[in-house]
Amino acid sequence: MKHRLGAIAGAISLFAAIPCFAQTTLTIATVNNGDMIRMQGLTGAFTAKNPDISVKWVTLEENVLRQRVTTDIATKGGQFDILTIGTYEVPIWAKQNWLVALDKLPADYDTGDLLPRIRDAASANGKLYAAPFYGESSMIMYRTDLFEKAGLKMPESPTWDFVVDSAKKLTDKSAGVYGICLRGKAGWGENIAFLTAMSNSFGARWFDEKWQPQFNTPEWKKTLTTYLDIMKVAGPPGASSNGFNENLALFNAGKCGMWIDATVAASFVTNPKDSKVADRVGFALAPNTGLGKNANWLWAWNLAIPAGSKKVDAAEKFIAWATGKDYIQLVASKDGWANVPPGTRTSLYQNPEYLKAAPFAKLTLASIDSADPNHPTVKPVPYVGVQYAAIPEFQGLGTTVGQQFSAALAGTTTADAALAAAQSSVEREMKRAGYIK
Amino acid sequence: MTEETRGIGRLLLSPAVGLLFIWMIVPLGMTIYFSSLHYNLLNPGTEQFVGLENYTYFLTDPAFLASLRNTLVLVGSVLVLTIGLGTLVALLLDQAVVGRSIVRLMVIAPFFVMPTVSALVWKNLLMHPVSGLLAYVAKSFGLTPIDWFAEVPLLAVILIVAWQWLPFATLILLTALQSLDEEQKEAAEMDGANALSSFVYVTLPHLARPITVVILIETIFLLTVFAEIFVTTGGGPGLATTNIAFLIYSQALIQYDVGTASAGGMVAVVIANILAFFLVRIVGRNLEA
Repeated sequence: MKHRLGAIAGAISLFAAIPCFAQTTLTIATVNNGDMIRMQGLTGAFTAKNPDISVKWVTLEENVLRQRVTTDIATKGGQFDILTIGTYEVPIWAKQNWLVALDKLPADYDTGDLLPRIRDAASANGKLYAAPFYGESSMIMYRTDLFEKAGLKMPESPTWDFVVDSAKKLTDKSAGVYGICLRGKAGWGENIAFLTAMSNSFGARWFDEKWQPQFNTPEWKKTLTTYLDIMKVAGPPGASSNGFNENLALFNAGKCGMWIDATVAASFVTNPKDSKVADRVGFALAPNTGLGKNANWLWAWNLAIPAGSKKVDAAEKFIAWATGKDYIQLVASKDGWANVPPGTRTSLYQNPEYLKAAPFAKLTLASIDSADPNHPTVKPVPYVGVQYAAIPEFQGLGTTVGQQFSAALAGTTTADAALAAAQSSVEREMKRAGYIK
Repeated sequence: MTEETRGIGRLLLSPAVGLLFIWMIVPLGMTIYFSSLHYNLLNPGTEQFVGLENYTYFLTDPAFLASLRNTLVLVGSVLVLTIGLGTLVALLLDQAVVGRSIVRLMVIAPFFVMPTVSALVWKNLLMHPVSGLLAYVAKSFGLTPIDWFAEVPLLAVILIVAWQWLPFATLILLTALQSLDEEQKEAAEMDGANALSSFVYVTLPHLARPITVVILIETIFLLTVFAEIFVTTGGGPGLATTNIAFLIYSQALIQYDVGTASAGGMVAVVIANILAFFLVRIVGRNLEA
């Protein structure tokens, strides 16, 4: 009896195994922001067309995602078939041969339609290694009503002098209005993203051509003191722990006169469901000092395939679907044009329906176009990347330096001490990593 | 017990002991091995034996001394706070009051809240300088709210951790108090001792043992406080709240430097052992007495 049961069970499991054989399951690691969650909801549209592929999502917060994905790929763990990675990782990982080059995308995918800056950022040696899902730069979002009341007029491309001056004029602390909200939370993707982009506009750079750190230069000092000065006089309390989300909440509650941050925030602050000031927001390019660079960054979340994956074909199919033109149409038909993933395709910015639904589209495009990851700074640099240097060590360096700058903002250290500490710790790390002999 | 049964006893114990030993020695051995390599996850293929270089690099890091100091301050202050307040709360709960069981339950409750959750609650609902409860209280008295995590970050972390560990100390001390012989107290009272001297000469000596137990157990856990720091301050501003555990984390998972992180782990093991050595001696003396 026992034997027969076993035989039956074995036979059943054998049959059960057959349909599974043809089925490919893609495990996708992704970040928990709105656009990605929306994509998960629409997965059904993909699997309906590709019944032989099923999709499993692993959705994580940005830092956790980065740690999981990095340790997985570095140790060749093979947990994921598709990775969501930033523009920072793409050139580094491509150089390590950790990614599959996406050269077999279907013809109607039209890589020529990708915004050139975003495509550059997702490529290495002229080959596309990751498909951009959404892209962003940064720009100024400001309150038109407060500017009018103060008798100020925001130019399309303001200087830092103008921004500092108006931030001070807009501030009315008794009414709970702060002239400017900027990132202060430590982290290479938080305050360092903002401050590095800002330093570019002041003519500073992280490293010179010989990889010597440059925090002892007058340009960095000017950057940091301007930032600290404006935040002290016109910034909100507790700024040293404010990141993107905290500032978004402050701006939406009507507490900020200006906010310089990711262009994707534009669709949040103009959405009357979340924002108290939705109908009173204007946009301008991130400020400059007349040296030819604006203080805006360039970032995109991309989908990529790890090298060594055995499911490259299925993964490529999914990536072509998720970052293709049809996906944008699909989102537009379901959730409206204002909710499509922005910043990746030229055709989107020529689409009259999108331009009508997104009043910030023109400045988003102008901001993305003006951020060049291959020539990010006024003086020459040996690295790629606008608000980061695309070397493996940058995450650690950025976090250490970010802590110093955040401490200076909190007032526990001075600008000079923070810069000196940044200089010595970066020098130490770069020597150890072998960049400086 | 005969020689034979003792032998059998050893034999039967050996699988369990062996398993525990492997459980301990394999990770330790791997950590020691990694700590002697130059091993950065993001630069594969560059692994090579570097001897003690990782140790010198970790120990000469300016962040190391700061984090060692923070670790000691954190452990010390939390111990003082939890034991001081824990004794008082235990004394209160030892009294017969109405609804005592409910009060006891509520006092113990913080211990069951996950560290990340309680850190988030403290950060966003209580200590937030704009929307926090403490800011609201300060404002209603006409004071400027304190920006806890910027102005007094280490104190803020200490308060959160102390809040979490207070129930543990209270619980241990309360059970000890309940085992205190009523007759002893009565005798002291009859000898004319007031509340204070009865506390100092009768209750405290009785509590000496449980207090050392609390110190020992809390120290083990407090040396590795991580979640509260990760969630609230991320080790900052600057290095103000970076402890050894957080420093090792940042080496391993922000800089992906496995070699240095392993060396840091070994340093932490040594520090913990030094502390444990002294603590066990003190506790041991107390437990024997």
